Amino acid sequence: MSTRTSLLVGLALLVLLALVPVDLSDIGVPYPGLRRYGTYILTLWLVTAIAAMGVNLIVGYAGQETLAQAAFVGIGAYLTAIVTKAGMPFGVAFAASGLLTFAIGIALGFPALRVQKHYLAFVTLAFSVLCWLVFRNEEWITGGVMGIRDIERPSFLGWPLRNHVRFYWFVLGIASIMTFVLWWIVRSPWGRAFTALRENPLRAESLGIDVRLYTLLAFALGCAYGGMAGSLYAPLVEFIDPSPFALGPSLLFMLMVVIGGSGTFLGPFVGAGIAVLLPEWLRAWETWYLLIYAVLVMVMMAFFPGGMVGLATRLLTRKARL
Amino acid sequence: MLRKTLAVAGLAIGGLWAPAGFAQDIVIPNIIELSGGGATVGAMWKNGSSMAVEEINASGGILGKKIKLEFIDTASDPGKARAAMQRALDDKPIAIFGPIYSGSVSATLKLTADAEVPQVMGGEAGPLTAQGSKYIFRTSFGQNVSMPKIANYLRDGVKAKTVAVVYVNNDFGKGGRDAITKELAARDIKVVADISTEAGQADFAADVIKLKGANADAIFVYLNEEESARFLREAKKQGLNKPLIGETTLLGQKVIELAGDAANGVKGHVGLTVDAPVPAIQEFGKKYEAKYKSKPDHNGVKGYIAPYMIKAAAEKAGKLDAKAIAAALHGMTITPDKVPGILIEATWDDKGEIDRISFLGEVKDGKQVITETLPKLNK
Amino acid sequence: MTDFLQLLISGLATGAIYALAAIGFTLLWQTSQTINFAQGEFVMVPAFLALIAMRWFGVPFVPSLLLAILGSMLLLGVAFRYVIVGPLIRRGVLPLVISTIALSILLKESVKDFYSAEAQTFPTLLPDTLITVAGVSVSLAQLGVLAVALVTIVLLQWFLAGTRTGRQMQATAQNPTVARILGVPVERMILYTFLINAALAAMASLLVSPIYLAKFSNGETLGLIAFVAAIVGGFNQVRGAIAGGLLIGVLDNLAAAYVSTAYRQAIPLILLVLVILFRPQGLLGRKEERAV
Repeated sequence: MSTRTSLLVGLALLVLLALVPVDLSDIGVPYPGLRRYGTYILTLWLVTAIAAMGVNLIVGYAGQETLAQAAFVGIGAYLTAIVTKAGMPFGVAFAASGLLTFAIGIALGFPALRVQKHYLAFVTLAFSVLCWLVFRNEEWITGGVMGIRDIERPSFLGWPLRNHVRFYWFVLGIASIMTFVLWWIVRSPWGRAFTALRENPLRAESLGIDVRLYTLLAFALGCAYGGMAGSLYAPLVEFIDPSPFALGPSLLFMLMVVIGGSGTFLGPFVGAGIAVLLPEWLRAWETWYLLIYAVLVMVMMAFFPGGMVGLATRLLTRKARL
Repeated sequence: MLRKTLAVAGLAIGGLWAPAGFAQDIVIPNIIELSGGGATVGAMWKNGSSMAVEEINASGGILGKKIKLEFIDTASDPGKARAAMQRALDDKPIAIFGPIYSGSVSATLKLTADAEVPQVMGGEAGPLTAQGSKYIFRTSFGQNVSMPKIANYLRDGVKAKTVAVVYVNNDFGKGGRDAITKELAARDIKVVADISTEAGQADFAADVIKLKGANADAIFVYLNEEESARFLREAKKQGLNKPLIGETTLLGQKVIELAGDAANGVKGHVGLTVDAPVPAIQEFGKKYEAKYKSKPDHNGVKGYIAPYMIKAAAEKAGKLDAKAIAAALHGMTITPDKVPGILIEATWDDKGEIDRISFLGEVKDGKQVITETLPKLNK
Repeated sequence: MTDFLQLLISGLATGAIYALAAIGFTLLWQTSQTINFAQGEFVMVPAFLALIAMRWFGVPFVPSLLLAILGSMLLLGVAFRYVIVGPLIRRGVLPLVISTIALSILLKESVKDFYSAEAQTFPTLLPDTLITVAGVSVSLAQLGVLAVALVTIVLLQWFLAGTRTGRQMQATAQNPTVARILGVPVERMILYTFLINAALAAMASLLVSPIYLAKFSNGETLGLIAFVAAIVGGFNQVRGAIAGGLLIGVLDNLAAAYVSTAYRQAIPLILLVLVILFRPQGLLGRKEERAV
């Protein structure tokens, strides 16, 4: 697909997504829109997808593993909660979240990438648990196990975002900018270097690509996506405590991306959809949800390692050929 | 690519239309801990409330309508609890039950206050009722009520001058630790050791050694069930011979069952227990055991009385209206001779705080024995 | 000093359990590049197999233990090898990691939904009798854990170094391609490591559950610690895993007593990071010579 069609499709999708929660019956379309909760879940899906895009960059493009994405989301969320509660504007908090998590990403990745493969994963594992301990125990700044309550939703250019649909649009706007940036990066020479890296690291190196530097930057950028997702998570939920930022949720981020299709552009959105939206479908089977999810992941891994997007592509291309 | 994208989007959006509500029955959502760290607690509550609703429906429901409980899992995560609460409130229920973990209650109580729906919950953290919500109701004592009782007992019953506190570092344990520390200070009792432990912790050797070193007159143990049991076993092993004082959980059935001999000699305050010298409660315990093949603890009782609270309040208000039910519950006293399901006479004040009798007890020969009944606070 | 000894003994007893879990972990990594994120759950499940045998089918205690060991070798050994690892082994490390994460959720949820969400008492082979020497008290059960774990470890070392099959397994671990050329039945050796892992996990489970109760969520911390112990000790050495397990058991107790109970979990993790940065082959490991 050419660049122009991609952009047009993206734009069409954006308009469609923007209209999803809106009641269209006034203008003659028999569509009731979404209620508060539906809009909330849709917003949560976008926020999760942003963090998952970061994981996808690390796992699918740079070929590393991260077991700390939830911790990075947590850093962004706590920083945003603390900074906005101190009266600073949201924009500052958002930028600070991105920058801080990027810097931490560099600090973790730089030494870890010097040693063997997979060792970055082990370092992130340790980091993840350490962060969780700090969130829980440093009550003076994080509120400890009781968390931080009543985090205000920001205003955008004087336009208050207290209303759930407005906040959804705001998150949708940020998510599309971040998606576009990633899309651009993946298509830039820089991104092509990643593809070369994934396909054949030895060859990439012999072509003069500084493998370690590119991997490091990809890792740090992936972490920053986590941090910025966290910055949106705090005002969305309006309450944060340590539990969603523990090791378990970090592992779930990995599952999400791989199930969606790691290394594919839409993978994180599909994966986040399965993690956030699917439980809504399976409400009747609430107790069994995690069981079903786990089995689904194992079956996918065994038969369709390309994830949902890989599977869909395979099915569609086969149909097209017929 | 285009078709793929659209298919994916369609799939994603399709999921958001929730199924239509039940037309006839009154649905009361239970937003409780069915998985994660609070799974045990949530299971008890679920059984208790289900049992009460069956009884209520069998005897004609509330104001002629049958009740149906809907169970929504918070995964013991306040963020998820909040989302679940928003979903439940979209359907404008007459009441909400749960959550039980204080952190999750704290994350949701503003939503029910805004929606003006009574929230009958199981949280025990002190500040929950102090935030000005007119729609929050306790089913058991808050730590702001139970901790002064414990502190009095430590001063008058145990005659302790120094106390060591060991608590579990979660919303429940931390809240209790903060409350007791304050109460002890007010009574000139010194806290000589302040030990934080993790939920799910297995090995308490180091904690017990610290406690031995602290040499306090008494040790206040504020942990969840299994951790209490593991702690008691380790304390017995190392020969920790100071009085071990607890609040409800430590003297609970589950802890006694898990800790075996090591639980003997433990003393403390019990807010709610199936071993209380009250026939209605013991009767409830037997019914529960026959139905679910396990002995209920205080969370089972809390879940059980919740539907009866709503029934009594709705009947007093004369209508099935969320706001009216909340208003009726404030300042209401429900007595077992009128509503047997309430088990013990209880009064709710204008903040949703509960008042009823409670007990002092100890564990003897693997059984909880009630030694004293403490009267209601305002009587 | 008494305190210190008490902490040391308690730490060693817990550490022996970690060591059993960590050994299996390294064995799987060596022979099949499987990083098993469900290792903690592997230690949680066998106790429930025994409980099911006892409470659902009325099997007496000791036969239940044997059934549990057998059951875990079938379920966590053979089935794990062929149903989960088999189809993924050639796809690289990541899909297998994801699959074992999912497996850990599956095992945890199954026990919770089909057995119980509550902690269960577990009968013990050894009485809870206390032995007190110079102010240090140890229960017979704890000594039993330490003894059984040590004997198992010695037997395992003897098996790996002293028998033909054991040496073939080590050859498989070091270089499957060369081993195959030399006529080692590599497939069978891999299966053996899975069986040994399952048996070790079952031992750990049956030893630890009487002391710390059986609960569906017990694997969470245990798995993490086994993982840390394996890397700290040396990912490619059985004796590294043993040392790592014992070290972390002791360190955890000392940290709780002398540093901070709130941050006790942090100490092993900080050790992990230091080891990765300064001695990536682990404290007792040797440098791995593997292409890419």
